[in-house]
Amino acid sequence: MSRFTPKVVTANRLIEGDAVYLCADDRWSVHHHEAELIEDEAHAQMRLLHANAQRGVVVGAYLADARPGPNGPEPVHFRERFRTVGPSNYPHGKQADQAHV
Amino acid sequence: MYDYTDFDEAFVRSRVAQFRGQVERRLDGSLTEDEFRPLRLMNGLYLQLHAYMLRVAIPYGTINPRQMRQLAMIADRWDKGYGHFTTRQNIQFNWPKLPDVPDILGALADVGMHAIQTSGNCVRNVTADHFAGAAADEIEDPRPYAELLRQWSTDHPEFQFLPRKFKIAITGAPNDRAVTRAHDIGLRMVRNDRGEAGFEVIVGGGLGRTPMIGTTVRDFLPVADLLPYVEAVLSVYNTLGRRDNKYKARIKITVHETGADEIARMIEARFAELRPLFGGADQALLAEIRQAFAPPAFRNAPVDAHEAARAADPVYRAWADTNLAPHRNDQYAIVTISLKAHGATPGDATSDQMRLIADLAETFGHSEIRISHEQNVILPHVHKSDLPALHAALSGARLGTANVGLISDIIACPGMDYCALATARSIPVAQEIATHFEALKLEHDIGPLKIKISGCINACGHHHVGHIGILGLDRAGVENYQITLGGDGSEDAAIGEKTGPGFAYDEIVPAIERILRAYLDLREGPGETFLMAWRRVGMAPFKAALYGEASNRHAA
Ligand code: SF4
Repeated sequence: MSRFTPKVVTANRLIEGDAVYLCADDRWSVHHHEAELIEDEAHAQMRLLHANAQRGVVVGAYLADARPGPNGPEPVHFRERFRTVGPSNYPHGKQADQAHV
Repeated sequence: MYDYTDFDEAFVRSRVAQFRGQVERRLDGSLTEDEFRPLRLMNGLYLQLHAYMLRVAIPYGTINPRQMRQLAMIADRWDKGYGHFTTRQNIQFNWPKLPDVPDILGALADVGMHAIQTSGNCVRNVTADHFAGAAADEIEDPRPYAELLRQWSTDHPEFQFLPRKFKIAITGAPNDRAVTRAHDIGLRMVRNDRGEAGFEVIVGGGLGRTPMIGTTVRDFLPVADLLPYVEAVLSVYNTLGRRDNKYKARIKITVHETGADEIARMIEARFAELRPLFGGADQALLAEIRQAFAPPAFRNAPVDAHEAARAADPVYRAWADTNLAPHRNDQYAIVTISLKAHGATPGDATSDQMRLIADLAETFGHSEIRISHEQNVILPHVHKSDLPALHAALSGARLGTANVGLISDIIACPGMDYCALATARSIPVAQEIATHFEALKLEHDIGPLKIKISGCINACGHHHVGHIGILGLDRAGVENYQITLGGDGSEDAAIGEKTGPGFAYDEIVPAIERILRAYLDLREGPGETFLMAWRRVGMAPFKAALYGEASNRHAA
């Protein structure tokens, strides 16, 4: 039986459109490492339902693979890694909006 | 150029007002995202990886200085001080916030611009030869026809819910700079035996998942039959096109499944029904539109300044040799302003650059500006005596790069730096190729070469028709780049051939270098371009250069 790959819930904010992550205390954070790392499939589905219900806050919530890291969850796939840092051609997006990622 | 009539103005304003209400209802919760999404897409608003993106049409690539300044204003006020010109002669703003978008659309409407039909299954922005109205080889300016098509297709009730999006490209010159053979409908102006102008009508071209070169359904269509004929094509497609499978919905699949002869027969039959219904109003309108595209009053003056600068200044000479194209008035030149400074993002212009271009167009270019599908800006009418001053002004703003048509003049789609559909990045690959060959000082030695890069199979970067095409893919969670060779977007259009297994992100630039070193070794002289050499020798030597030392790389 394959083990469940840990997940985070991620989406884009309705107003700004930037990538955000669902935290254990129900906040949406722009920092991936603050996200709740979900290790159980049933819980992941519950959290996704919770995210989808926040229609006035976020758009397009989905589950993304993640793994534990020293500062909190880290993205697994390069697409998700790019979403945590912003575009590579300019210091825009998350790079400009925060001191560190 | 064409100015909006009261009708256009009222239509665009009413759309802005509608969208303002829709955004309000989305924000107050009366509309769900599922309800809102198609509405925002109808107004060119996408949600990308890091932010919203607003796509604004620049019909047939023609824009005036006032509009350019307004784009700069929008970039400064609501975005991050720049815009991205795309392969479909649109401009994209990468960072608008949802509540600001109605104001942005209002600011666009102030200068006769909009984002209507830049998304959705309708007739998209009609693209045209970016040298239209100026090129020495042109039979007729294609833009009045493009404008006629724009008016006819805008909000056309029959064609708002086509099986899939529909792209039309038009050129008034036999040398095809508008990639007409890779569009749903390509219109290429030709002359018949009697010397009359008409269109070769090409249907069912397209790139993307299933790249196809279009088939000619009519060798010669009299210009007066344009609208009924295009309507016949759309009508046949609207009936036959598949709505059951998104990947089989484009007209290229319809043509393929129906057969070229049968589809041509059906189009002609439908045309026979439609032709009598066009009572001449379209021709009256066309005549009116033509007035708006009258050429400027060309100056008559000596051109010595250009010749003197060319002889004296090697930097100017290099620029003049690559960035100027022949104008039909030989005292004039068509100037391509490169948005591909080495290391810059292809197609991006800062608000300062936009304002400078607007100023220079007014000072030196009869106030005309074009955007090319190759992601550069064109000043179509510059008197040769003004070229040295123009070049000096451009050079001071990182706009004077002498690389048009060379290896660093790369088309690159936004890729995974912005696009939600991407499977890999394309912008940094373009940047690295440009800086790498600049450092090697091989750019001018290699000569004419078109590299085109897409960040996914949708092929917005036209990689299939690049002399060297690069397609970014996701192979088992790693970026991987597939190379194609021998593609061509001209009147001799061809789809490039895959070289073999792809290359990892850090292998792609060395791979391109191996291809080009092989080319330099095997060419018969500097007069034999990469594409000519490819046609002579085929894939084998390039394959050997890429994969010969098999132990040096892993097949992906
Ligand atoms: S080719 Fe793919 S990655 Fe590039 S812009 Fe088009 S959809 Fe996005």
